[in-house]
Amino acid sequence: MIRLAIALAALAALAVVPMFVSEYELGLMIGMASYVALASAWALFSGHTRYISLATVAFYGTGAYTVAVLNETLPYPVVILCAGLIGAAMALLVGLSTLRLSGIYFVIFTFGLAELVRQLITWYEVTVTGTLGRYIFLDLTARDIYWQMLALVAIAIGLTAWINRSRLGLALRAIGDDEVVAAHSGIHLARTKLFAFTISATLITLVGAVASPRWVYVEPLIVFNPTVSFLTVIMALLGGANRLWGPLVGAIPLFLLFEWLSVNFPDTYPIFLGLMFIAVVFVLPNGLLAGFDDLRARFGRTRP
Amino acid sequence: MSLLHVDKAARNFGGLKAVDQVSFEMESGTIMGLLGPNGSGKTTLLNLISGFLAPSSGRIVFNGQNLAGARVDKIARAGIARTFQLVRILPSLTLLENVMLPAVFGHRAHWGKEADRVAREALEKTGLGDRAGAHAGDLNYIDQKRLELARALAAEPELLLLDEWLAGLNPTELQEGIRLISSLSGSGITIIMVEHIMEAVRALCPRCAVMNAGKLIADGETSQVLSDPSVIAAYLGDAEDA
Ligand SMILES: Nc1ncnc2c1ncn2[C@@H]1O[C@H](COP(=O)(O)OP(=O)(O)OP(=O)(O)O)[C@@H](O)[C@H]1O
Ligand SMILES: [Mg+2]
Repeated sequence: MIRLAIALAALAALAVVPMFVSEYELGLMIGMASYVALASAWALFSGHTRYISLATVAFYGTGAYTVAVLNETLPYPVVILCAGLIGAAMALLVGLSTLRLSGIYFVIFTFGLAELVRQLITWYEVTVTGTLGRYIFLDLTARDIYWQMLALVAIAIGLTAWINRSRLGLALRAIGDDEVVAAHSGIHLARTKLFAFTISATLITLVGAVASPRWVYVEPLIVFNPTVSFLTVIMALLGGANRLWGPLVGAIPLFLLFEWLSVNFPDTYPIFLGLMFIAVVFVLPNGLLAGFDDLRARFGRTRP
Repeated sequence: MSLLHVDKAARNFGGLKAVDQVSFEMESGTIMGLLGPNGSGKTTLLNLISGFLAPSSGRIVFNGQNLAGARVDKIARAGIARTFQLVRILPSLTLLENVMLPAVFGHRAHWGKEADRVAREALEKTGLGDRAGAHAGDLNYIDQKRLELARALAAEPELLLLDEWLAGLNPTELQEGIRLISSLSGSGITIIMVEHIMEAVRALCPRCAVMNAGKLIADGETSQVLSDPSVIAAYLGDAEDA
């Protein structure tokens, strides 16, 4: 109860931040909120099941592209709804064909998926509509986008908290440990994984949709940038993907770090990304939060 | 009607007939030992019953329903639980959570207080009651075996498949284990236990079946089966039909 109150108070405080910051800082806040939402939504499925998905940008880009295509013909709430439905439908399709795969095959397939979607859209735009780039003209201020993104953050973390207490959470954790045991305990593996994957991917699609007006000009190469997928994974793993607050704890410092790196070392910054990836996997496989817990346990014992 | 009717079940791995036209029936509440030399197909037979492997042919009728080739989770919910020859636990979950799983998703599908009660009871039975909050990954081998049995019990199964559950116990633990299984069989649960320890088989199983090279070569009253010449020959490694 107290935790919920603290979380809600923090949310309220974050909601009034736009009144006090510059336009540039608000932009940073939006980026940060986007990555917190992405990492949290990603971890909702991958955190417990340990299925490392690199499909994040496939859904994120699809969300952004949906807005780019529909923004002039439909009212904004309907556009967002469409993005969510398209994301969910795509997740079901992808899930049905990939969740049987395990380990590295799943990782590779999901990585390929983003590329596939990008190529398909490029092909469609070039051959059918004849326009590769699109403009997004929406009557939204940076504040509107920030608040919407904050809502997505709250939904992603709130849903995760709820799942963690539910039967679904228990099933996902069992699947992450040993699918054979999970199935022998009566868990319907395919349905459970598909359900969680679809929730996660739909949220990711919505993040892309909400973030898209910031670009104004959208084309496949911009919105299907694989860096988004890698960053999301690193952030969630750094904080601890199986922890409620882990993705948030990982996303905030890494977002700021990469923002700084991309401004100051635009050419070498992908190298840092790769190094971070390796460092996180080898040094902190269970994430920062678990690392803190270990430390606390070690020093806690020496206290009376 | 019998609880379990395995009818000409077979499973091939390439050219190898790991289980070859095996048939037998079990009445509810009975306990049967399943013996046989290494590689004779005992684990594979349990795998066919629990659904871990689909039979190449034949039927596995449980409570009047043919479960041959059904999905593992469906078979689990129908009331069949098992332990594995090579222990499988969920290391990152607590003992209570390990055991909670089948209570929640299994045969009876409890949730909340009831699931908690069933899970704790299963831990109590196997002597792990005071460590419910510990992580399963921290257990030693014997306690992992206990946990596996507790997990199977928390499913409240009608049929329990034990794959060499008593293997690797020291003499004291073995006596405890035998007492535990005999208390289970007294509670009305039906048990098939694969076992190499003859002392346990004689103590627990009025009935015994023996496999050799995938075939069921004997099935009957334990002392008779164990003195059967073809069984003795199979154990000595020169069975006629090998
Ligand atoms: N998944 C598999 N793929 C190929 N061959 C297999 C497979 N599982 C079992 N076998 C083979 O089937 C035969 C029977 O194996 P099984 O494990 O059922 O024997 P077992 O009676 O349980 O032996 P043990 O007493 O050593 O546990 C063996 O020859 C084994 O190598
Ligand atoms: Mg075996």
